[in-house]
Amino acid sequence: MTQPMVRLSGLYKIFGACDKDVLHHVQDGMGKEELLAQHGHVLGLNNINVDMQAGEITVVMGLSGSGKSTLIRHLNRLIEPTAGEIIVQGEDVMQLSEDGLRHARQEKMSMVFQKFALLPHKTVLKNAGMPLSVRGEDEVTCDREAAKWLDRVGLSGFENHYPAQLSGGMQQRVGIARALTANTPIMLMDEAFSALDPLIRTDMQDLLLELQKELHKTIIFITHDLDEALKLADHLVILKDGFVVQQGEPQHILLNPNDPYIEDFVSDINRARVLRVRSIMTPLVDGKVPKDADGEVDVNDTLESMIARSGGDTSHAYVVKDGEQTVGTLDMTELVRALVPRVASEAGARQS
Amino acid sequence: MAFYDKLFSALGLSDWCGTSDDKAPLSLADLAAQAGGQEASGPLIPIPSFDNLHESCNRVWQSRDVTNGIEEGFLAAKPVLKTVLDPITQPLSWMLDGALWLFEAMPWFIMVPLLVAISWYASRSRPVTIFVAVSIMLLAVVDHYDVAMQTLSIIFVCTTISVLFGVPIGIAMSKSDRLQKSVVPLLDLLQTLPTFVYLIPLIFLFSVTESKLYGIAIILYAIVPVIRLTDLGIRLVDRDVIEAANAFGMNDRQKLMRVQLPLALPNIMAGINQTIMMSLAMVVIASLVSAPGLGVNVLRGIRNLELGVGIVAGIGIVLLAVILDRVSKAALTRVDKTQVKH
Ligand SMILES: Nc1ncnc2c1ncn2[C@@H]1O[C@H](COP(=O)(O)OP(=O)(O)OP(=O)(O)O)[C@@H](O)[C@H]1O
Ligand SMILES: [Mg+2]
Repeated sequence: MTQPMVRLSGLYKIFGACDKDVLHHVQDGMGKEELLAQHGHVLGLNNINVDMQAGEITVVMGLSGSGKSTLIRHLNRLIEPTAGEIIVQGEDVMQLSEDGLRHARQEKMSMVFQKFALLPHKTVLKNAGMPLSVRGEDEVTCDREAAKWLDRVGLSGFENHYPAQLSGGMQQRVGIARALTANTPIMLMDEAFSALDPLIRTDMQDLLLELQKELHKTIIFITHDLDEALKLADHLVILKDGFVVQQGEPQHILLNPNDPYIEDFVSDINRARVLRVRSIMTPLVDGKVPKDADGEVDVNDTLESMIARSGGDTSHAYVVKDGEQTVGTLDMTELVRALVPRVASEAGARQS
Repeated sequence: MAFYDKLFSALGLSDWCGTSDDKAPLSLADLAAQAGGQEASGPLIPIPSFDNLHESCNRVWQSRDVTNGIEEGFLAAKPVLKTVLDPITQPLSWMLDGALWLFEAMPWFIMVPLLVAISWYASRSRPVTIFVAVSIMLLAVVDHYDVAMQTLSIIFVCTTISVLFGVPIGIAMSKSDRLQKSVVPLLDLLQTLPTFVYLIPLIFLFSVTESKLYGIAIILYAIVPVIRLTDLGIRLVDRDVIEAANAFGMNDRQKLMRVQLPLALPNIMAGINQTIMMSLAMVVIASLVSAPGLGVNVLRGIRNLELGVGIVAGIGIVLLAVILDRVSKAALTRVDKTQVKH
């Protein structure tokens, strides 16, 4: 496998004056509550090991206070770690000088914030052009690039407005345009859509996916919303009290949660809409195409669309295609079984 | 016999104190008592002051030694202070005198339209501008135009210098908690000391004929709000915006010039407004030490009991105060509006 774009290894963060001194307690297995009660320090991150691949959206999910913001702020060292390594494009961020760090922030990673964090006294155009003007680009270049990306996020015509004159959704579009103008390979998004209402939020998620299809950035996206996480993630990292409970392919986590915390999380979502055919199909053995199939489906179809297509008839079976290639078969009975969360199915099994 | 004699003998300090025969006259009360031919009869237990203790023990100071000491100390330090402070503060005298000359030399038919134009430019408000024009004409009609211009010239110089020094000091304070902790008590002191109190050492240091004397007094008093509000304004800048500035790799200078100062501007302007008002308040008091202007007429009113003169000058000061306040406040709201809140 190629080198990951970002690698966090053995990352610890403890908030407090003597963080280095109490680190060994955490390494010996002390939890967040004990640490606070006995030593008065807050455990932010606990032994984080995550690889973030180039061109993928890595989603970090967890409840409030689980350390998501703390984690993402380590990548550009807005927060200093207590211990551990942060490698970005093969370069150790901890070894950077002050200038080197500023350079990395300007050229390697841009950030989108939950509360937008635009400059209220600057126009939308100047806000979007800010990353370039910080680097010392001339005004014409800044304005041209800013206008280009503003147009791309659907804000042309608003260049001369001030942020306060725009709705939340539009302000966040400016935030995204600003990050895109920076033209960095990595984008950090801390709950970028959490302050928006549901409809706008869906729009913004679609916008992000659309941009990503074309730009192939390495995006680290923070959210506390599982639906959002599942929609966006190529790689999902679930945090709880500062440690990684489970990480991997989102569909895999959904089907095989390894912790009651995650089972709780996943029990509430609309599985039919999230799960895709590829996750539950029976892979093809020795290239034999079953004859009795009722039709062909795509690997990336959702189960919801399959149910609609079969009219709810569980006796059907389909051939699964990935492009031109046949890759497996889908039995509707399997599909229905996959719709029941594991906890519930176990409970059912125990009763009978 | 003095009340505290027993105390000193009990402590075995009688020898150290020396003989108490020494009947140097102690205080006015003692002299009066001696004249009356009897021991001074104070309260049952006199307060243990220097003077009372001195009655029992010669070695103890008298209170007048304290005031003398301060005075002598100050006088001893004066040549050094003067050689340092005199050249540093000399430009202030030039500026004050220069501005005074300029404001007086400028013919009124240029000055008045100029002031009105400045008001319009700063406030962009028609009522404010009209008010300024009418007020200046009112002052002129009662022959107070010249003194009003003198006062205005002093305020102009002192406010400018206060801003020039106050804003950088405020910025430095906002960057360092240590500096803030040490400067704030000093600012409190400057603001709470009765204004007359720091005129006293200044009179000793500089001669009363020099204009920098009142210049320094006014600046010391009026610089406080601009420092405070610059510090506060920068500290109040939205932390999320600062974080964004950091995340996009701004250096400290860029952060200051592009984010902190612009976002703190409404607060800084409020500080400047207060600084202007406070220099006006002080310029009246400063006429005690030869500052020209409306204050002189007020003083004349008090000294010679010329009621009319005092009141007209007083009303003139009020008019000037309202003008300065309205214009600077209008400028402030204008700045506020371009930074519409979230
Ligand atoms: N500067 C700090 N000093 C002390 N504790 C902190 C600090 N910053 C964060 N914490 C603590 O670290 C933990 C993780 O905080 P963090 O902000 O990363 O959570 P989060 O997952 O982003 O939550 P949210 O969804 O509310 O944004 C919390 O318990 C928080 O109280
Ligand atoms: Mg957060």
